Amino acid sequence: MLLTISGLTKRYPTGDLALKDVDLAVPKGQVMALIGPSGAGKSTLIRCVNRLVEPTAGSVVLDGIEVTGLGAAALRRARRRMGMIFQEYALVERLTVMENVLSGRLGYVGFWASWFRRFPRKDVEEAFRLLHRVGLAHMVDKRADALSGGQRQRVGIVRALMQEPQLLLVDEPTASLDPKTSRQIMRLIVELCEERGLAAIINIHDVALAQQFARRIVGLRAGQIVFDGSAAELNAEVLTTIYGEEDWSRTIRADEADEEEAVAA
Amino acid sequence: MSATAFDAAAAARAWRPPPLIASPLLRYAVYLGALLYAVLAAASIEVDWARASEGLERAARFVAGFFPPDFTTKRTDILEGLLESLTMTVVSTAAGVALSIPVAVGAARNLAPMPVYLLCRGIIALSRTFQEVIIAIVFVAMVGFGPLAGMLTLTFATIGFMAKLIAEDIEDIAEEQAEAVRATGASWFQLLAWGILPQVKPRLIGLSAYRLDINFRESAVLGLVGAGGIGDTLNTAFDRYEFDTAAAVLVVIIAIVLAAEYSSSWIRRKVQ
Repeated sequence: MLLTISGLTKRYPTGDLALKDVDLAVPKGQVMALIGPSGAGKSTLIRCVNRLVEPTAGSVVLDGIEVTGLGAAALRRARRRMGMIFQEYALVERLTVMENVLSGRLGYVGFWASWFRRFPRKDVEEAFRLLHRVGLAHMVDKRADALSGGQRQRVGIVRALMQEPQLLLVDEPTASLDPKTSRQIMRLIVELCEERGLAAIINIHDVALAQQFARRIVGLRAGQIVFDGSAAELNAEVLTTIYGEEDWSRTIRADEADEEEAVAA
Repeated sequence: MSATAFDAAAAARAWRPPPLIASPLLRYAVYLGALLYAVLAAASIEVDWARASEGLERAARFVAGFFPPDFTTKRTDILEGLLESLTMTVVSTAAGVALSIPVAVGAARNLAPMPVYLLCRGIIALSRTFQEVIIAIVFVAMVGFGPLAGMLTLTFATIGFMAKLIAEDIEDIAEEQAEAVRATGASWFQLLAWGILPQVKPRLIGLSAYRLDINFRESAVLGLVGAGGIGDTLNTAFDRYEFDTAAAVLVVIIAIVLAAEYSSSWIRRKVQ
């Protein structure tokens, strides 16, 4: 197992119990979608993995290293191996595309080298290669806030890949994108994971997208895992356990129609 | 559909925009109180119109003494004072801004732990409590008359001003951008340089330019308490009843303040 989460619990200082004794294991190279209603603890869960949010109890083990017990320096080294992709892209808006991409290497270079933007040549080369791969090689010196949503998210993906991660933590990558761009971004993430043998945990609201792009789906409700199975097993009954009572027939049918459309195209 | 009809027209007629103070009793009490105070206060002002008209004439003579401004007689004194003021301004702004950055970081609640936060907020409060002239009097007493006292004063005042406003800007940053930098495995200083600095840089530059402008104006005042600069020259001119020279000094100050004003607002526009 690449990532093993056991007994993970998070209680915020406000008293809200965001995660209750969560166990989850992700093998190497598996792309997994984490679905659930707003406030179910999806964001908290992936932030506990790289300890942007400090878990209250439980352990997170990444490739044999217990992340939950690490000191500050060791934690930074562990974070390098977990790339993160954010809902609102979270690019540093006043920096250029290239600077944002190179910020993925911050864990590998010293402070003064990063201050003067003196990154190793091979890092810059890799940055150009990846930007070309996502079709943004012509925009390296544009400021991040001059890009469209889809372009920004692609820069966010490249930044995460620059870390040479083993695992991607993806937090609602499509929540602020239109349906077409959402599909392109999801496709890109899944393709890149396959190319590089990366595992990914993708938090996602859109059930149809989750079904379409992830083979394994985990459902979180009120801080607890209530479903863990393949995309095909996801039916109206399961969705009711995750989200509560609702007419799910359309959600699932919409997805099938979408796939037919994709096949036809 | 529903049994009881809803009369939107009647509801619209009855609707009033909510007042500033909800309770009508309190509202009218506050309004009446304010009016009463204004009337009583106006009635308590004693104006001696005869004295005022006499003063007007005296002021006219005083102002007439300013014309024409005499730039030439005390040319070297004016130039020396001006140069001293400019030096004080630039050095104290540079030193103050440099020192204010660590204080600002320490005074930002989202970066600093509680004890550091309280210490830095304390420094800011101390620096901002006292007006520059009062601080200048203290420094003159400590290091003697001259521009050193003025420079220390302005540096000290700059720290409080810059640190407070930059700390507020740091507290207002987009948290996700900083979070994303942390997620890459960046160190704390890298987080500052990559996640925080780009977000506060425009304000840092803009405020520095603005503070340079303020410091020059303050340096003219500080001379009056013996802290050096062009204010010293101005003070001496008044003491000797050389109003034409004083006028020349004032013209120079106005010209430089205007230039500083325009350039600092230009810089602020440019960095946005």
